[in-house]
Amino acid sequence: MDLYSQNIIDHYKNPRNRGRLKDGNLAHNEANYSCGDKLSVDLKVENEVIKVFKFTGGGCAISQAAMSILGESIKNKSIDEILELNFSNIKKMLGVPISERRLKCALLGLMTIQNALLKKQGKEMKKWTDYIEE
Amino acid sequence: MNNLRQQFPILSQKINGQPLVYFDNAATAQKPQAVLDAINDFYTKYNSNVHRSFNPLGEKATQLYEEARQKVAQFINAKSAPEIIFTSGTTESINLVAQAWGQRNLKKGDRVVISIAEHHSNFVPWLQLKEEVGIEIDVIPLSNDYKLDIKKARTLLQQNNVKLLAITGCSNVLGEITNLQPLLDEARERGIVTLVDAAQLIAHEKIDVQKLGCDFLAFSGHKLFGPTGIGVLYARKELLEQMPAWQGGGEMIQEVHQDSFTVNELPHRFEAGTPNIAGAVGLGAAIDFVMENFDIIKKREQELTEYFLEKINQLDFIKLVGGQESKNRAPVFSFTIDGVHPHDAADILGERGIILRAGHHCAQPLHESLSLEATLRASLSFYNTTEEIDKFFKELTLVYKKFQ
Ligand SMILES: Cc1ncc(COP(=O)(O)O)c(C=O)c1O
Repeated sequence: MDLYSQNIIDHYKNPRNRGRLKDGNLAHNEANYSCGDKLSVDLKVENEVIKVFKFTGGGCAISQAAMSILGESIKNKSIDEILELNFSNIKKMLGVPISERRLKCALLGLMTIQNALLKKQGKEMKKWTDYIEE
Repeated sequence: MNNLRQQFPILSQKINGQPLVYFDNAATAQKPQAVLDAINDFYTKYNSNVHRSFNPLGEKATQLYEEARQKVAQFINAKSAPEIIFTSGTTESINLVAQAWGQRNLKKGDRVVISIAEHHSNFVPWLQLKEEVGIEIDVIPLSNDYKLDIKKARTLLQQNNVKLLAITGCSNVLGEITNLQPLLDEARERGIVTLVDAAQLIAHEKIDVQKLGCDFLAFSGHKLFGPTGIGVLYARKELLEQMPAWQGGGEMIQEVHQDSFTVNELPHRFEAGTPNIAGAVGLGAAIDFVMENFDIIKKREQELTEYFLEKINQLDFIKLVGGQESKNRAPVFSFTIDGVHPHDAADILGERGIILRAGHHCAQPLHESLSLEATLRASLSFYNTTEEIDKFFKELTLVYKKFQ
């Protein structure tokens, strides 16, 4: 199956929840330095639950679409639920085959959200190897 | 021509059932059978260590290794073979200059002039010296036509305390071949030491270091149809003689005692440890191949460059990052595609058998200066064909449409 499904291209061209949040209470950004993809997220978290999510960033279709797709599914989820997500959840959400060379593109969104939450909890943030060794 | 292409076995490969279209020659070039055979022969028949082995096999290996050095010297018209130091590649060659020459000759406040088009390997070693020693770095900008701004370059070279001009002979992004002579002449008149990064230039132009009058010149074997892991630093003998040894170990020494050592003569002083013997032999074979076929290589590259430029200009959704003129240009083309990120295009085209590179191509300062995050790069060699160029643009148009 094609990595660039209709759905991926649609999310790339029309990203959901794109923008900044003025009244958010959590912000974080990550980059994949090996290719230059960047994501910044703004979150509003109330009682350990994600209420509002916005993101900005730039990069390839996979990194940006994956963020848009993941972002749609995290609203009203608890911090714990989100911290449990892993690469196989992302693969399922994207619904396309992810080759090794695109692994980081697909994971950058998840890493940005999870590290925002880990930062808030004062815990150690995740690195690429934490995802790839899973 | 067909005959020459057939000497590159990898080019008849298929990827996903599609014929391989190899457009990533600026990253590394493919190897002709003669190079593969030379390496295989070495390991099959002559493998042993070089220098001071009192046995016939070691003698033969030493001969082959030193013959390769002779070939390199002839190829770039060095005065003598000891001016050729084998390294692992361009990157190591430039680092050798920065460490062995730079650490001794540069002090706080001294200036090194480079250009904005440099590869990271001719940027970072000088940034490291800036941190370690406190040198200043001046960067020659581009003018509007993507060529180096020669006027600005002159002004920079005319400052006080300029000690080194370290400059690329050909940009691995823009494909522009630098007009080296006036810059090198200006530098020499002012007593400024010069280094040419010939990593790209070496595969596209005949180089004569004596005519250029540069002090150092660096290149990699693998971009010249030779193996990876072998490269060259040419250095003028007078400079080499004044330079301290770099890495310590076997081969680079004359005598070692418990509390002292003396260094070996040139060029061995700068080749510590067992060298890449098979690599040097393979590079020698690559040089034979290029010398034999240089005129055809040059003519084919010119034709392909003209054809590629003509085609790219017919597509208004592509923006070429580089000059439009086919003269003084290598067949290296970087560009952006409206609505498509270069990484996505490289991935999709790769699945169709077309091998390209996307990103900043180890030239992030250049991309930043042009306000670009990334580009897609097609870099051709003489063995590519106009049919491959047609196929590439056809597939690229499909990618563009997919994202509309
Ligand atoms: C202009 C230029 N300089 C230096 C290098 C570094 O060469 P290597 O990686 O073989 O050391 C390259 C390789 O891409 C290059 O294009």
